[in-house]
Amino acid sequence: MAERTTVLRIKRQENPRSATYWEEFEIPYKANHNIISMLMEIRRNPVTREGKRTTAVVFDANCLEEVCGSCTMVINGRVRQACSQLAEGLNGTVTVEPMSKFPVVRDLWVDRSKMFDYLKKAHSWIPIDGTYDLGPGPRVNPQEQQFAYLFSRCMTCGCCLEACPQVNDHSKFMGPAIIGQVYLMGQHPTGAMHQDERLQALMGEGGIADCGNAQNCVEVCPKSIPLTTAIGDVGGQVSRKWLRDLFAK
Amino acid sequence: MPGHHIIIGGGLAGLTTAMKLAEEGEHVDLFSIVPVKRSHSVCAQGGINGAVNTKGEGDSPMIHFDDSIYGGDFLAHQPPVLGMCEAAPSIIYLFDRMGVMFNRTPEGLLDFRRFGGTKHHRTAFAGATTGQQLLYALDEQVRRYEAAGLVRKFEGWEMLGVVPDEAGDCRGVVAIDTRSLELRAFPGDTVMIATGGPGLIFGRSTQSLVNTGSAASACYQQGATYANGEFIQVHPTAVPGEDKNRLISESIRGEGGRVWTYKEGKPWYFLEEMYPAYGNLVPRDIATRAIHKVVFEMKLGVDGQPLVFLDVSHLDPVLLRQRVEGVLEIYEKFVGQDPTKVPMKIFPAMHYSMGGLWVDYSQQTNIPGLFAAGECEFQYHGANRLGANSLLSCVYGGDVGAKAMTAFAKSHKSDGSTRAHDLEVTRHREDFDRIFKMDGKENAFAIWRELGELMTENVTVVRYNDKLKATDAKLLELKDRWGKIGLNDKGKWANQEALFVRHLWNMLELARPITLGALNRNESRGAHYKPEFPERDDENFMKTTLATWSSDGPRFGWEPVDVSLIKPRARRYDVDKSATAAKPAEKAA
Repeated sequence: MAERTTVLRIKRQENPRSATYWEEFEIPYKANHNIISMLMEIRRNPVTREGKRTTAVVFDANCLEEVCGSCTMVINGRVRQACSQLAEGLNGTVTVEPMSKFPVVRDLWVDRSKMFDYLKKAHSWIPIDGTYDLGPGPRVNPQEQQFAYLFSRCMTCGCCLEACPQVNDHSKFMGPAIIGQVYLMGQHPTGAMHQDERLQALMGEGGIADCGNAQNCVEVCPKSIPLTTAIGDVGGQVSRKWLRDLFAK
Repeated sequence: MPGHHIIIGGGLAGLTTAMKLAEEGEHVDLFSIVPVKRSHSVCAQGGINGAVNTKGEGDSPMIHFDDSIYGGDFLAHQPPVLGMCEAAPSIIYLFDRMGVMFNRTPEGLLDFRRFGGTKHHRTAFAGATTGQQLLYALDEQVRRYEAAGLVRKFEGWEMLGVVPDEAGDCRGVVAIDTRSLELRAFPGDTVMIATGGPGLIFGRSTQSLVNTGSAASACYQQGATYANGEFIQVHPTAVPGEDKNRLISESIRGEGGRVWTYKEGKPWYFLEEMYPAYGNLVPRDIATRAIHKVVFEMKLGVDGQPLVFLDVSHLDPVLLRQRVEGVLEIYEKFVGQDPTKVPMKIFPAMHYSMGGLWVDYSQQTNIPGLFAAGECEFQYHGANRLGANSLLSCVYGGDVGAKAMTAFAKSHKSDGSTRAHDLEVTRHREDFDRIFKMDGKENAFAIWRELGELMTENVTVVRYNDKLKATDAKLLELKDRWGKIGLNDKGKWANQEALFVRHLWNMLELARPITLGALNRNESRGAHYKPEFPERDDENFMKTTLATWSSDGPRFGWEPVDVSLIKPRARRYDVDKSATAAKPAEKAA
């Protein structure tokens, strides 16, 4: 009986300006292999399925526990973290591609810095008076904490942007993740005092009005963050602010 | 004029330093290989310790201090540990104010759970992703200062080395852009190293892929003293994997999880039997050695494999989801079984280095102007770290360091000379030129795997002098083989292989003070255990190991431990602390 293997078909690209190409690698099957551990096998012996010597595949990865968000890739057409995609459950040839909504640095490594820029633009922080000792923070209802916690687990991984049809070359839509973060900040008692600043950032170009309600984001989120709830509620906050602004003039 | 500071690493320690400096109006250049939000601090699960004492247990910073010193087997200098424990409650409050969604009591107050090595509920937590939540809160505050123009981030940049001037003071760093491979000097009045642990020296550990210890090793090779390198914490409960070993947090036991295996056909809760006073919540070194004994000496591993059970299936699944969801999820995703129904199968894994760059009480290394905080320094955990003290030491160390860096910058203004910087850039450029010409038969990643297996087998749970000697000889052989590496990738853009070849050299250099430090220490203390010397030997070894780099290998010196606040006493977990020689928190005369 032939030894069981996993075949990875990997989309490669030398640099942001060069053409893409595909290479296939065949890796002996192990039940607890995942995409990253197989990419590590390739690094130790960078030889394609056809026996051609090549370079190690470049990839972005860090924690390997699905909490840092680094190793997000498109695997068999679906965006997800590569570390938690086990070899078990994969059959036939597995395609591995970089995310398409972000510029490729090299091979499977993409540049997601625009997501961090959005956090800056939307003032996604709690504006505390200072880090010196000001005693305990505000009390929080435990049910509200449990709900807010769901949103605090966003890794800025970009799955929701990759899956969103409204995030594309012709639009400036910032995507669902930032709306989830604005929603989170507004749930903290201190953060709520400054929610208007954040909503303002979501009212302009690329803001919440660009959401097309496809609801793909909530489907692909690896942390099951209720992003559509955030989009709905923040949409309401934005409308109320718009009305307030109108009458304040 | 504000000072200009360089911080290497954007985890909890580095971000705390950046936030504190920026708050004082100082300027910061922050370097991180990964976007700071993806730093290894995200992996900390269980929580952060602070004696807030909201459970009516009479907890206090002094008891936290005593637990930490006792847990560290009296190897930590005591004054900074006391400072850390005293600051802990205010640090937790600060994170609460910054928006961390800590779990709450019914009254809306911060909730606390138990962790190993203590009898008190002292660990604040945000589900089981506390490190992630604390990191994000700091990331947000630093982004606020970035937007205000006080912090410049260099993400995707890697430090290659520090720049010492003629007087030996640190005047900046040389760093490389991991995409363009552009190599540049960055002058600064001070430099903070906050680059985390050296887990990758052990191959598969619970640490992240950036944790090569490379930056700390570069400093060591440039004259920074490396202290207590031999103290490596092996966490008792992890899931062995092909790419890494995934931590199953101590909070699982804090919430009531039990460790067991089959003995004569019946479940045997061996920690509870061996250590009735603390049970499953003995410190990590104790639990790890017990599992080793059960598996290797008694041959009682599950299904004959090096595995034992960690069981929460008797606990309320709803409550578990609220409090440790993140951990359960890791097991579900990576093993494919629901731990609330089936006991988890776990085994110890390298987790943390208590040792690191030597620093004084202001976090300054022996190189003036070069500071260190977080896991990459040695100061707070002695011979064994208690769970949930690491996040605390990162934040506290960053805070102490930032104050000292501001003061240093005021008194040591640079004269603006860049001669030393140019020399260092040239040196690193030549190193890379050599790496790009490597055309031997060896593969850097394959050598790394061998290094990891060697170190894990010989320099973790149980240590024998003959094996440590053989390990060091093998390290020299691996260094020799490093010279025979053939670089597959000669590309000048985002060449991860070329960068890794350099990391590998730094790992090999740092593996030596770890291994030889263990060889020199003929006693057993905390995480360092030698069957040939099973007892703690205060007379000969209550001292800090100090390793200095030389071209002939590490040179060793020693420094006495400051035990001025708590008199050393025997460390036991089968009985309550009150039964050991001195009473808790009793001060030496």
